Amino acid sequence: MKPPLFEYLRPSSLEEAITARAANDYTAVLAGGQSLIPTMNFRIANPTVLIDISRIESLKKYSIEENEVIIGAMVRQRDIELNNSIFVVNPLIRETLEHVAHVPIRSRGTVAGSLAHADAAAELPALLLATGGSVVAKNISGSRVIEANSLFQFHMTTTLSHDEIITEVRIPSLKPGSGWAFKEFTRRHGDYAIAGIAVIINMSSEGLCEDISLAACGIAARALRLETSEEILRGTNLDNGLIKEAAMSATEYVTAADDTHASTQFRKHVLMTLLQRAIATAKSRTSKV
Amino acid sequence: MKQYKIRSDYPERSDDPLHSVNVTVNGQKITRKVSPRRLLADFLRHELGLTGTHVGCEHGVCGCCTVIIDGSAARSCLTFAVQVDGAEVRTVESLQNEDGTLHPVQEAFKDCHALQCGFCTPGFLMSIVSQLEDSDSELDLSDDGIRIMLSGNLCRCTGYQNIVTAVRQAAERLNRDQ
Amino acid sequence: MATRTFGERVQRNNDQRLLTGGGRYVDDIPLVGALHAAFVRSPYARAQIVSIDTSLAKKHPGVIEVYTCDNIGNLDIEMPLLIPHPALHSPKTQRPLAREGVYYVGQTVAMVVAIDRYVAEDASRLVEVEYSEPLKCSIEIEEAVLDSAPLVHPDVPNNIAAHCVQVSGEPEKAFQDAEHFTKLRVRVDRSTAAPMECRAVAARFDSVSGELTVWDGTQAPISVRGGIASIFNIDEDKVRVIAPDVGGGFGQKVLLFYPDELLVPYAAMELNRPVKYIEDRTENFLGSTQERTQIHELELASTKDGIVLGLKDSFLHDTGAFIPYGIAVAQVASSGVLGPYRIPNSRVEYKAIYTPIVPVTPYRGCGRPHACFAIERAMDQLADELGLDRFEVRRRNLIAEDEFPYERPNLLFADGLAVIYDSGQYTKALDMIHEKIDLDDFKLQQSEAAKDGRYLGLGLSFYVEATGIGPYEGGHIKIHPITGKVYVNTGLTTQGQGHETVFAQIVSDQLGVDPADVILVEGDTGAFDWGVATYASRAAVVSGNAIHLASVKARKIVMEAAGNMLEASTDDLELEGGEVKVRGSDVSVSLAAVATACNPLRYAFNEAAQAATQFAPAARSDEPALGDGRAPGIETTEYYAPPHATWAYGVHAAILEVDPGLCSIDIKRYICVHDCGNMINPTLVEGQVMGGVAQGMGGAFFERVEFDSEGNPRNANFMDFLVPYATEVPQIELHHIETPSPLNPLGVKGVGEAGTIPVAPVIASAIEDALKPLGIKKLHNVPLSPNSIYEALIESGWEPKA
Repeated sequence: MKPPLFEYLRPSSLEEAITARAANDYTAVLAGGQSLIPTMNFRIANPTVLIDISRIESLKKYSIEENEVIIGAMVRQRDIELNNSIFVVNPLIRETLEHVAHVPIRSRGTVAGSLAHADAAAELPALLLATGGSVVAKNISGSRVIEANSLFQFHMTTTLSHDEIITEVRIPSLKPGSGWAFKEFTRRHGDYAIAGIAVIINMSSEGLCEDISLAACGIAARALRLETSEEILRGTNLDNGLIKEAAMSATEYVTAADDTHASTQFRKHVLMTLLQRAIATAKSRTSKV
Repeated sequence: MKQYKIRSDYPERSDDPLHSVNVTVNGQKITRKVSPRRLLADFLRHELGLTGTHVGCEHGVCGCCTVIIDGSAARSCLTFAVQVDGAEVRTVESLQNEDGTLHPVQEAFKDCHALQCGFCTPGFLMSIVSQLEDSDSELDLSDDGIRIMLSGNLCRCTGYQNIVTAVRQAAERLNRDQ
Repeated sequence: MATRTFGERVQRNNDQRLLTGGGRYVDDIPLVGALHAAFVRSPYARAQIVSIDTSLAKKHPGVIEVYTCDNIGNLDIEMPLLIPHPALHSPKTQRPLAREGVYYVGQTVAMVVAIDRYVAEDASRLVEVEYSEPLKCSIEIEEAVLDSAPLVHPDVPNNIAAHCVQVSGEPEKAFQDAEHFTKLRVRVDRSTAAPMECRAVAARFDSVSGELTVWDGTQAPISVRGGIASIFNIDEDKVRVIAPDVGGGFGQKVLLFYPDELLVPYAAMELNRPVKYIEDRTENFLGSTQERTQIHELELASTKDGIVLGLKDSFLHDTGAFIPYGIAVAQVASSGVLGPYRIPNSRVEYKAIYTPIVPVTPYRGCGRPHACFAIERAMDQLADELGLDRFEVRRRNLIAEDEFPYERPNLLFADGLAVIYDSGQYTKALDMIHEKIDLDDFKLQQSEAAKDGRYLGLGLSFYVEATGIGPYEGGHIKIHPITGKVYVNTGLTTQGQGHETVFAQIVSDQLGVDPADVILVEGDTGAFDWGVATYASRAAVVSGNAIHLASVKARKIVMEAAGNMLEASTDDLELEGGEVKVRGSDVSVSLAAVATACNPLRYAFNEAAQAATQFAPAARSDEPALGDGRAPGIETTEYYAPPHATWAYGVHAAILEVDPGLCSIDIKRYICVHDCGNMINPTLVEGQVMGGVAQGMGGAFFERVEFDSEGNPRNANFMDFLVPYATEVPQIELHHIETPSPLNPLGVKGVGEAGTIPVAPVIASAIEDALKPLGIKKLHNVPLSPNSIYEALIESGWEPKA
């Protein structure tokens, strides 16, 4: 399964990369390649030009800013996963990354790359949605910020235009006292999610849920927030009956068709189970501020 | 009467454009020209003759092609050779000592009957070596912990059990079990 | 004999090479100037080819040639039917490159040969094939067999390739006399061997000497050689087939011919350049054979005490689009369905059905997993219906130790010979696993778990395995005069089973050398070319015994020669540590020297050789250098042909927990008791069992090849076809029983497939046991999955609560 031929460019600056992206019709950006190269080996993706951004130094930086973690486009998933300072400000990031494929894939794959690839069963889009994160996209016209809930359109399609490159990912830190959890159901360790859920909960000092964020992957044509379920739980004491009600209402979001791993019905069942368990775990991790 | 055929004049390589790659492989600096689409696995095996790295699936699931790039285990079937320009690559051929004695992980595989056909073995070795050498992360050497360490590499012959034992033995020999 | 390595856990002597990157699989063989092949494959399950235009592909830079059925000379034939059989009334085999019709998605239509594989794949997309409208044919065997079903092959009514009935005893009478009837329908679904190394063929033709060398990742190099020589009309001695290191076979690589096995040598000869075809993973799913689909309608007739008097089984077997390997899989299933139980009366009928999907040939287990699933689910159901314990109902029916040899009259196994179970201690195995499980403790755990709302279950399955079938294999031994090392050849090959070690142990016991000094060269027709192939768990039995016989003969020659050299009686001699010693003295001679002395020489090349030259005192004689009937050196060849299969057996159990919230399973314990007769090397035996269980686990819970209703593969890749990782395979507790086989000198039975056979019924049985409180219906379809457990629960009326 050998890939088709392409023109290979390896710009040393972002400007060069952006110019190349605009100058050619069907380009693809090569960061870690862990999502892109399999599609090329299967000849599903046949870009005419491959722009390798791995030498652009400015894209290799990541930092913890006041309220968010900023991750350059070339930053490898594994580096973020292992960083203890990042874990302190947002432990959901590590918990999510531990569910992404296997270590060798995460050692090469980038956070930005996985988001740009937007596989409907991928975990990182759910993370971005749950945290309310965003990406910065640049092209020759300039740059813009795309919020998570405007980024993912459907399976392997984002709202990025054909000449844009994600330059950085912004993941907000969790507020103090937050509870979090990422849970997914797979057939084998490391597989894409049959259903996956990222949860963030903030409780008030009176023991009510001030805010809750539920983002699912694998259940629909893209990762998405379970807004109806969030509504049911926001402002409540998150008792089991309400959690169950929220879980049942979440099944309306399961639109993935039957496939070789799961029927739609079964996926709904799995989502309900995961949601209840993930909320319980997240709740147990909340703390008083 | 026998007709002898004249040897045909076939091209030596394809028309793919060539890019220069400077890479350190198993400690040796080399420079070659390759097609941009040449997978690292093919480059190692056929350009460099290091056939220890194997190709099992070409989509990153089986792990047979695992090598170490700049200190981390990576799938050479999901890497273009041009991407490792300036990098350091280690393959299974780098594990044994100069005098031919085996690396502790190789030794453990041999002692524990952790290989049968041997096709997946180099991928396992590189994956395990990189995890055991990585002093940054904590190691969980319980059965479950080792099995998670091994997930990402497929074996069709051994049923994995002896590989689990071999990892534990290797970790002990490398003092990673403290 | 002082030392004996038979039965010892000798470390494998081949691993240094494999661990250090020194493995030599087909794609590693350096072939200067090699060209590379890629195939154009059918995108339709069943269609007619209207036209093929290769002009665009041929013009593509780097392409050397493009082959279709029109330019492959006398290869444009239906490839051989390997195992004919009277019941196989409508055999069909495919052509190397399709002519007129395509019969499954993936069937080879054209072959591109180019300067490298990348270009070959580019060009394969430029070959323009025009197809007719796809023809509708059912991939479901129950539909395909109906009168109304469209035909895969127009001249094969009801898509039935073969129809066979085997009757033993008087089943009609047994059914009349019975007090209880158990009926069930079970289904096993398709799987594929998925060896880590895909298939591979490379060929080089030397036009000066006329020799064709073929490197082939096959389990049957001698058979491939014979076939190529015959089809290409070349003398056999001009064709050399080498199976180098092979990365797993599991039956998939025993079939000949795959189209590439003929086309690649053909291209090498035509183009006068080495040619390689290295199958990729997608192609392994599309074009390399698969196995497993059978649907059994089984009925047991028993007394009310659960003694099974008779069995009737009617099954449909999916053979895919062609049937090159004949009905072996179905035959093995049909004679295996009686399991380890007496059941003296049986009627087993089967039909092999054509479907427009990848053809079926044996995959580890070869029909035994299907048969085992059927009979073991039946025994569980019988126990359930009569209110008997699952162990007890089996105990009442197991063939007792004093009943061996136990013959099943009128039945023929896949080797054409009688079904005679030679030896076993079935009850002992059952008792052993009963004890290892600690049933009382389990029942306590199960009820405690139930109080916590958790579901724990126990599964059980016995199995029998006919192993070590003929026709024969050979063993050739030669002791090297310079080093005293022993060279051994046999006709079958290893794909990781460790022949280099176990055969070395057999030899070392007779010739007193270290197993590390025994060098096995197999899989090369240039080294030894009498034999068949590796299949049906037969290497240790058939080759092992042939090598043993050859070693015994070699030992005799060594002792006689040494006796002459040392002027001692052979009764006073010992052979160990690579030398022959006079017992109780320092007088000895090395094996190397004995080997040298046995070869009368004209030219001396070392000191030992000098003693053998014509003027040296020891060799001085007026007689001819070689006496009547004597051969030079120490070289022996012996053959072993088994009288019939030798039956291994065992019993597996598993304790697992089911999480109804996700319908996932967590295996707490997996226990195997097995008996493969005398074990040559327990470590290697255990490796075979554990590896088998992992593949069995795949067949129980993960590995289902899926097609849509049009015959398009739905999961032809490793992301969707789920080969388990280490995290999905349980830790196995292994226990051995050794009941020697009375059929061969070494007392061994085969074990290669053992681990795979009972896993599916064990897992199904355990899940059913765990979810009994939820009223789950019977699980009669494998591979199972969380989704299928969910569906079974829903169908049983279960309503998920919090």
